[in-house]
Amino acid sequence: MKKLMLGNEAVARGAFEAGVTVAAAYPGTPSTEITENIAKYDEIYSEWSPNEKVALEVAIGASIAGARAICSMKHVGLNVAADPLFTASYTGVNGGLVIMVADDPGMHSSQNEQDSRCYAKGAKVPMLEPSDSQECKDYVKKAFEVSEKYDTPVLVRVSTRISHSQSIVEVCDRSEFKLKDYVKNPAKYVMMPAMAKKRHVDVENRMADLKELSNTDEFNKIECGNKEIGVITSGIAYQYAREVFGDVSYLKLGMVHPLPDKLIKEFACQVKTLYIIEELEPYIEDFAKTLGIKAIGKEKLPVIGEYSANLISEKIFDKKIETKPVTDEEIPIRPPVMCPGCPHRGMFYVLKKLKLTVSGDIGCYTLGALPPTQSMDTCVCMGASIGVAHGMEKARGEEFGKKTVAVIGDSTFIHSGITGLIDVVYNRGNSTVIILDNSITGMTGHQQNPTTGFTIKGEPTKQVDLEKLCNAVGIDRVRIADPFNIKEFEKIVKEEIQADEPSVIISQRPCALLKSVKFEGALKINNDKCKYCKMCLSVGCPAIVDKGDHVEVNEALCVGCMLCTKVCNFDAFEKAGE
Amino acid sequence: MDKLNIMIVGVGGQGTLLASRVLGNVAIKVDHDVKVSEVHGMAQRGGSVVTYVKMGKKVHSPIIEKGEADIIISFEELEALRWIDYLKQDGTLILNTQRIDPMPVITGKAKYPDSIEKKISNNYKNVVTIDALEIAKQCGNIKAVNTVLLGLLAKSTGIDKQIWIDSLKENVPSKAIEVNLKAFEEGYKG
Repeated sequence: MKKLMLGNEAVARGAFEAGVTVAAAYPGTPSTEITENIAKYDEIYSEWSPNEKVALEVAIGASIAGARAICSMKHVGLNVAADPLFTASYTGVNGGLVIMVADDPGMHSSQNEQDSRCYAKGAKVPMLEPSDSQECKDYVKKAFEVSEKYDTPVLVRVSTRISHSQSIVEVCDRSEFKLKDYVKNPAKYVMMPAMAKKRHVDVENRMADLKELSNTDEFNKIECGNKEIGVITSGIAYQYAREVFGDVSYLKLGMVHPLPDKLIKEFACQVKTLYIIEELEPYIEDFAKTLGIKAIGKEKLPVIGEYSANLISEKIFDKKIETKPVTDEEIPIRPPVMCPGCPHRGMFYVLKKLKLTVSGDIGCYTLGALPPTQSMDTCVCMGASIGVAHGMEKARGEEFGKKTVAVIGDSTFIHSGITGLIDVVYNRGNSTVIILDNSITGMTGHQQNPTTGFTIKGEPTKQVDLEKLCNAVGIDRVRIADPFNIKEFEKIVKEEIQADEPSVIISQRPCALLKSVKFEGALKINNDKCKYCKMCLSVGCPAIVDKGDHVEVNEALCVGCMLCTKVCNFDAFEKAGE
Repeated sequence: MDKLNIMIVGVGGQGTLLASRVLGNVAIKVDHDVKVSEVHGMAQRGGSVVTYVKMGKKVHSPIIEKGEADIIISFEELEALRWIDYLKQDGTLILNTQRIDPMPVITGKAKYPDSIEKKISNNYKNVVTIDALEIAKQCGNIKAVNTVLLGLLAKSTGIDKQIWIDSLKENVPSKAIEVNLKAFEEGYKG
């Protein structure tokens, strides 16, 4: 049966068909839908883990215990999971182990655009790279076979345009995978120096065997066409190249680590001019150079950003598409904003008013750095806000610390913020940390997490009690505040930053997009009462618009969260339709 | 039909994703190769969103380039202006006359361009405007804006109407189907 599937959905289908029984992940765009879709299969135990490191460890455990296991994350998630990855390379597997990693060239939703292929090389594990949804499914299934045959975890790299493009997939039945026997084997699974030294030799031998596979398997294939031009490419770049170069010869690489040295040499000899088309790092190109092959690649194409067919033909053939502009006026940009009704808005209103230094973190609330709130000073990686606030205080002293807060989401706090908080307590810091408890993981589209009380499959479970958790690590001052009660929230923030000990404020209000959240319905402005003082504009709601001589509510956007009514001194807001 | 490139542009939260699901499904039903590409995550959240739908005998790149779109459905006026370069000279723009001010306009840093339809019509002759929000309201749910626009699109593509209706039924939750079918019919009338 043919189905239209997102690349991520096809990965999930591949895992299902391959007989996977354990899946673990931490959500992260563009990888999230992989595990969301896996969770729909009753045959597969699946979980949102607290972070990517734990997720990979769960998958490693499942593999050692004899099951086929899959673990998924975004590119920066692999940084978190790098520690288990590099040693799982040494232990190898029992049941097949596949690690999905989703890169984000162009940084649609990420803080950097690192190239995950470098991890395959660094950790000495094979990496496959599909170029559409059908290949996503096929490669994942084959990855399990490679994993078991070569005793290695297998990385499968996708990117935003593969993950979030739908294309046609031929769906097959599931093959049940018989749980392999579990036999104690410390020489393989206990990595201490004596054992690891021997395993490293095995790893090198395995990579030599895998190179042979890369040279001979149909993962990497030559598509013969006009031999004046040859193109070596992989993943989404292959699809762009097909549009630009048409009927030339291609070496399409489906296995990008180890790269097929013999095949690349053979292909290079067959064609007159050789191009290497790859997004981000000159990964294939650098390898080709070590083989003494001359090719045109990054000398013309950028290492920055996402490619497109247009960009490639512009850079390589100097072909520019001319369009006649409709207007020469500047078209206002439309950056993402916090939604109408978002609980973070009230908090940022207060932080801005108090002119605090705010070390931020990863989530919807990172938007607090943009206008109109513009009240976030730093954002580095998951969990960094607390360590950064602590470091700032240690560098600039207590007075500076008393004008500083760390802001971190509930899921991010569990991911890797808790260790930062322990550091603050242990090393006699004074930081104030605001945990944004909105009852869900918001940014990635509503995933459960350890603070919500539900599993990925919606089963009720124990809920981490954030207040008790903070108490337990040594925070005596834990306050709970409603960010929509602006006055009270402001009072609490003022008290906590002044305190001579570390403190935590749990800002508690559910995400406005949760189905359980009901508001009153749209508001409008009574122009007889409105004095056009613009106080309401300072909350930065996309539904309140400055019309130049008066303020208007966009009723199609307004949900009626009432935050604006709390800053209006003239009672000018009233229910629309009245 | 050899190739059909459709872009759906709008503002995150307007329901462009459902429209692309339905469209992709239609393509499968008429036995075309198809790719539908969109970006999730930070790009939503009230930001500018674009979905590419490409169908034909064989589709490689999932992305439509400047000057390649046969049809652009714009859920919002400013977004039409932003993406109009992607329309073929003889392509069709379906323009929903809804206006959502972006943050730079709200904060007074920028001005929302005026007479957008007129500006576009100077360069492109096939511009169809529709007040889908008003029609959706009349149908009983303002969220059905996307289905009204799909109705109008269905008519512009020449693909059998029943195929669209079937695809709509498969992609809309059953409790919302009645409103959406009504909205589709209203859009189809143009």
